[in-house]
Amino acid sequence: MEKYTKNSGIVIPLDRANVDTDAIIPKQFLKSVKKTGFGKNLFDEWRYLDHGEPDQAESSRQINPDFVLNQSCYKDATILLTRENFGCGSSREHAPWAILDYGIRTILAPSFADIFYGNCFKNGILPILISDELTQIFFDKSQNKKVLRLEIDLENQKIIDGINEYHFEIDEFKKHCLLEGLDDIGMTLQNAKDIELFETNYKQKFPWLTKE
Amino acid sequence: MALTLYEKIFNRHVVKKLDDSYLIYIDRHLIHEVTSPQAFDGIRLNNRKIWRTDSIVAVPDHNVPTLDRKKGIQDPISKIQVDTLDSNCAEFGLNQFKMNDIRQGIVHVIGPEQGLTLPGMTIVCGDSHTSTHGAFGALAMGIGTSEVEHVLATQCLIVKKLKTLQINVYGKTQNYITAKDIALAVIGHIGTAGGTGFAIEFTGEAITDLSMEGRMTLCNMAIEAGARAGMIAVDDTTIGYLEDRPYAPQGKMWEAAVSDWRLLVSDKGAIFDKVVNIDATMIEPQVTWGTSPEMVSSVLGFIPDPESQLGSKKTGYKQALEYMNLKPKMSISDIPIDRVFIGSCTNSRIEDLRNAAKIVQSKKVSKSIKQAMVVPGSGLVKMQAEKEGLDQIFIEAGFEWREPGCSMCLAMNADRLEAGEHCASTSNRNFEGRQGQGGRTHLVSPEMAAAAAIYGKFVDIRNL
Repeated sequence: MEKYTKNSGIVIPLDRANVDTDAIIPKQFLKSVKKTGFGKNLFDEWRYLDHGEPDQAESSRQINPDFVLNQSCYKDATILLTRENFGCGSSREHAPWAILDYGIRTILAPSFADIFYGNCFKNGILPILISDELTQIFFDKSQNKKVLRLEIDLENQKIIDGINEYHFEIDEFKKHCLLEGLDDIGMTLQNAKDIELFETNYKQKFPWLTKE
Repeated sequence: MALTLYEKIFNRHVVKKLDDSYLIYIDRHLIHEVTSPQAFDGIRLNNRKIWRTDSIVAVPDHNVPTLDRKKGIQDPISKIQVDTLDSNCAEFGLNQFKMNDIRQGIVHVIGPEQGLTLPGMTIVCGDSHTSTHGAFGALAMGIGTSEVEHVLATQCLIVKKLKTLQINVYGKTQNYITAKDIALAVIGHIGTAGGTGFAIEFTGEAITDLSMEGRMTLCNMAIEAGARAGMIAVDDTTIGYLEDRPYAPQGKMWEAAVSDWRLLVSDKGAIFDKVVNIDATMIEPQVTWGTSPEMVSSVLGFIPDPESQLGSKKTGYKQALEYMNLKPKMSISDIPIDRVFIGSCTNSRIEDLRNAAKIVQSKKVSKSIKQAMVVPGSGLVKMQAEKEGLDQIFIEAGFEWREPGCSMCLAMNADRLEAGEHCASTSNRNFEGRQGQGGRTHLVSPEMAAAAAIYGKFVDIRNL
């Protein structure tokens, strides 16, 4: 996993609540057995006017000019701003894979769905919970083709908009993993002895749960 | 100290406390073809071993065709995904119910059916509807592919303790009110983010009255309320369902298990972080009108006016009505219907099919309906239904009778809506494009879907 320390960039304002993972990456693209290449189909049904299928050339697609990702001022943005309950629905990790593959490393929203929130951290994406007020401030500064640039400083847990600094909260363990780009399987396996010990006791206590 | 059911199961599985998280042990790992290939790749890439192969059962369900299965999978990309599952299971020595195995079916149907789902277990699957298995007094959660890999390699997950939410559905439901109506009414009440950060325990007379099939429907939809886990305490209904299932313990081991399972209830006086009370007697047949499961109404109701809403809800309602091509204040019974889908991990079990068949018996699908289909949840559900003659009831009425799989719930196989079509569906998500790009989904119970097929519109099944 790529380390996440700082991220400076343009904010894409996606003014919708309850954006589900079906919208982030529609099902026809889940047939891939890889983790990469999903970026061109991020928000596919909103981003294009035609129906998308895997392995289609991007140049042949009919762009929806009204959709925020297609507006030239938000090109090369690395931060997504959205509304409450972002990432609800399916547990598909293809959703954060698509977001990352597109080039977004930070998502700002007043709330996230649980599974999606956890999936982001496994892929070097920082989802930041911000207040409703700050959400509105950022939307006001970035909508109607206005361009808001933010700097995210994970180490110091700050969002900086050039003038103001806003503190954000994050779980210490998740922060540590992102900063170091750590694979948590390796870390868990450092506890292999504890897991084995647990397993031995557990099998004795609940023998019907493990087949010998 | 009085403990909730969630706390009891959680405590049993704590391997180690890590700062403010816990390493918890996983008993059962269910796997399907869509969310596992990248996890197996990760295992290979890092030269890791699978910690406990006997905890794993795999089944292809999302991509399988529901017609002409003998011909195999026609879509080459779907085929690669199912073949990849086959080769991964062969390489790592995992138990798999392959596509042509009679035991194949939707992962959340076959787990309980085979007795792979047992009370007190921690159960995971790379699928958000894993919450279904909580119906058995288990802690069952959907996980992403990175976590699938983590469980393959370590038999554990790193989790935070969830908060607990008791949803107490008191009183008895009216006739023809199903678990699906309870689920939709709950989501309408607390919203799709109402359960975020919580494990929900459903309690109350209306819940204990439910069969295991009904309990599975309800816990299945816990994720649509934002809760990673939904659960129901163990009672005679739970134990009765599990007896003699192929993978359930037998003989003396069964007796030992049952006496332990009896403890899997929230203690008297246990304190939940939040409690919501819902009067079961007030629940009417539910129909969703929008693009989120919380956009739901009684069949007797009307589509709300976005102008009467505030903030992002107002925008959300407007966007939903535009997508659904419906007008504010329109009666639910005036919604046009093009197709009917009875199936999915929410409502494709034998009881669902029996109840839908009762509505359909000796009637014909309305001429205004382009297609009505029934997709049983598993090969065994299909076989049982055929034994009872349910297939004939559906076929004679004009329904299509298909092979088991996820099918039109998410349209990863060939079963899908055309743009603009409205579907009365027993599935779990009415998101934009979920059942096919531009498709418009209305979530209902199997009985309501069956009645919609016959009458060509949503009707109050209590009056039939």
